[in-house]
Amino acid sequence: MEPFTTLRAIAAPLDEINVDTNQLCPSRFNKLPYGEAYARVLLHDRRFNADGSEKPDFILNQEPFRRARILIAGRNFGIGSSRESAVFALRAFGIRAVIAPSIGDILTNNCFRNGLLPIVLPPEQTERLMRQVLQQPGAVLTVDLPAASIIGPDGALYRFEIKALRKRRLEKGLDEIAVSLEYRQAFDAFEEAYKREVPWV
Amino acid sequence: MNKPRTLFDKIWDRHVIARVDDEVLLYVDRCIIHEGSNHAFETLRRARVSVRRPKQIFAFADHYVPTDPARRAQGLDGIADKAVRGMVELLQRNTREHGIALFGLGHERQGILHVAGPELGLCLPGIVLTGSDSHTSTHGAFGCLAFGIGASEAAHVLAMQALWQRRPANLRITIDGPLGFGVTAKDVIMAVIARIGVGGAIGHVIEYAGETIRRLSMTERMTVCNMSIEAGGRAGMIAPDETTCTYLAGRQYAPDAAAQEPALAAWRELASDADAAFEKEVSLDARAIQPMVSWGTNPEQALPISGAVPDPAREPSAERRAEVAKVLAYMGLTPGTPLQEIRIDRVFIGSCTNGRIEDLRQAAAVAKRGRAVVPSWVVPGSASVKREAEAEGLDRVFEAAGFEWREPGCSLCAAMNGDELRPGERCASTSNRNFPGRQGPGGRTHLLSPPMAAAAALQGRLVDVRRLGSGS
Repeated sequence: MEPFTTLRAIAAPLDEINVDTNQLCPSRFNKLPYGEAYARVLLHDRRFNADGSEKPDFILNQEPFRRARILIAGRNFGIGSSRESAVFALRAFGIRAVIAPSIGDILTNNCFRNGLLPIVLPPEQTERLMRQVLQQPGAVLTVDLPAASIIGPDGALYRFEIKALRKRRLEKGLDEIAVSLEYRQAFDAFEEAYKREVPWV
Repeated sequence: MNKPRTLFDKIWDRHVIARVDDEVLLYVDRCIIHEGSNHAFETLRRARVSVRRPKQIFAFADHYVPTDPARRAQGLDGIADKAVRGMVELLQRNTREHGIALFGLGHERQGILHVAGPELGLCLPGIVLTGSDSHTSTHGAFGCLAFGIGASEAAHVLAMQALWQRRPANLRITIDGPLGFGVTAKDVIMAVIARIGVGGAIGHVIEYAGETIRRLSMTERMTVCNMSIEAGGRAGMIAPDETTCTYLAGRQYAPDAAAQEPALAAWRELASDADAAFEKEVSLDARAIQPMVSWGTNPEQALPISGAVPDPAREPSAERRAEVAKVLAYMGLTPGTPLQEIRIDRVFIGSCTNGRIEDLRQAAAVAKRGRAVVPSWVVPGSASVKREAEAEGLDRVFEAAGFEWREPGCSLCAAMNGDELRPGERCASTSNRNFPGRQGPGGRTHLLSPPMAAAAALQGRLVDVRRLGSGS
């Protein structure tokens, strides 16, 4: 997994609430193998017409937002289906951090497993950042994971919460399965006792 | 004296293998997967790791199988789309390679993983069950901790039979009072979501309690827990009781006669302690719940059938006005239109929310009172449901009323197997999500209960099933 430390990048404002995972990756694309093809899949039915041409008025089809690596969205971002393809699509498009007032639980877990940082900020802070990047297209945000902070286009500092273990994994790009395999002994001891107590499972 | 604990606390605590900072390595008793889990096997292959406990993994072909009877009869050859067929084939290959039980195409126990799984007795009180599908919350109806995971997490479960998780908070939803005539479990959960919103339970595990819940059958409890995720819940659960134990007795993966007694004794200890603390509490009066129908593009945008399409101008904030206007444009609805005047193009009865035998019985009881005037599909949730329905003659009731009787699968709920709406088509659907494009690009979904869906089929519009046939 690609480590995440500090990201200085253009942020795109997706000024909508309840953007569910089916919008992020419509069902019919779930069959694609993980890879570059997912870049086109992100918000596909919002970005493209039926004939495959781009919808020019959609924010991610406009310069400079096509080059955004940070996405700012409204509340309940990424609710719905557990499909990890929604995160594959965000990553393939180039997004490394998402900022929203609330983010679906499963999507949050999926983000951390793919080197994408989901950040929950209070609504007024998200709105302020959203307004700033709308008013100054191309404005750059700095996401500093070690410091757990964001620096806005105007230099304002925002702190976000991230738990220690998640932070460490993301900073180091640790492969979770490899780390977990070190717990084999603890697992075996647990399982032996558990199966004695609950033999019917 | 130990600290009082909730049902969730007890299950969570018993499954902790190790703790690091604020996360625990949680033991997973059983994991259910489907064709979409192929990404997880790919991850496993890249990590050069094998499946640790293949006997605790169970696979179902459901999302990508055809539900058209003629195509289904041809097995894999009946799947015309190569990419779709590839998904079903790949699941066969992956499960064979790793020694995982597959309830696949043609298997007498095939079905939607959240319908066929419980029939097999996979979800037992007190266990942790994960599934690579968000509606894994369904299984919490049995008093287990059941939740959906993504492909990377599924790969981790395959490799470790355990998962790193942060502890969610407890939310109790208490529902008391009798349900009115024509009001179903679907209306109960839709009323809950309309009340707390699609983000209302984010970060929480919901426990449903109260006398209304206690009186529900297992089918009804599964319908309620199924849509916990539509309120943002990490999981939904109901304490096990006699109803649970009676349902599980004799099922293939439930405790056998010898283990029956200790299992029941352990299950009785699971209920939340009287003084257990919940971070959040919500209560509803069942008497106030009416048949519900969604009008918008997420499950909280729902109203009693007696209501009307909301007017954006009357919304309290600019954000809400813009949101409702956008939703109505997508749905092709005019503000103020009574919901009962909304004409529909299609009806879908099925899914992991409402594809069980009791659901089909309720729908058939309405269907036999008339004739479908729009294309209306009935898709049983599993091969067992289909057999049982046919033994009772429900297939003939539906067909005599002009409904189409199809083969089991996710079908028009997930819209991944080719069953989908055309752009602009409006569907009365017993499924769980009305997100834009969920049932096919540009499709419009109205969520409702099985009897309400059958009534809509007979009239070609949304209708109050309670007034059907009384001259309304």
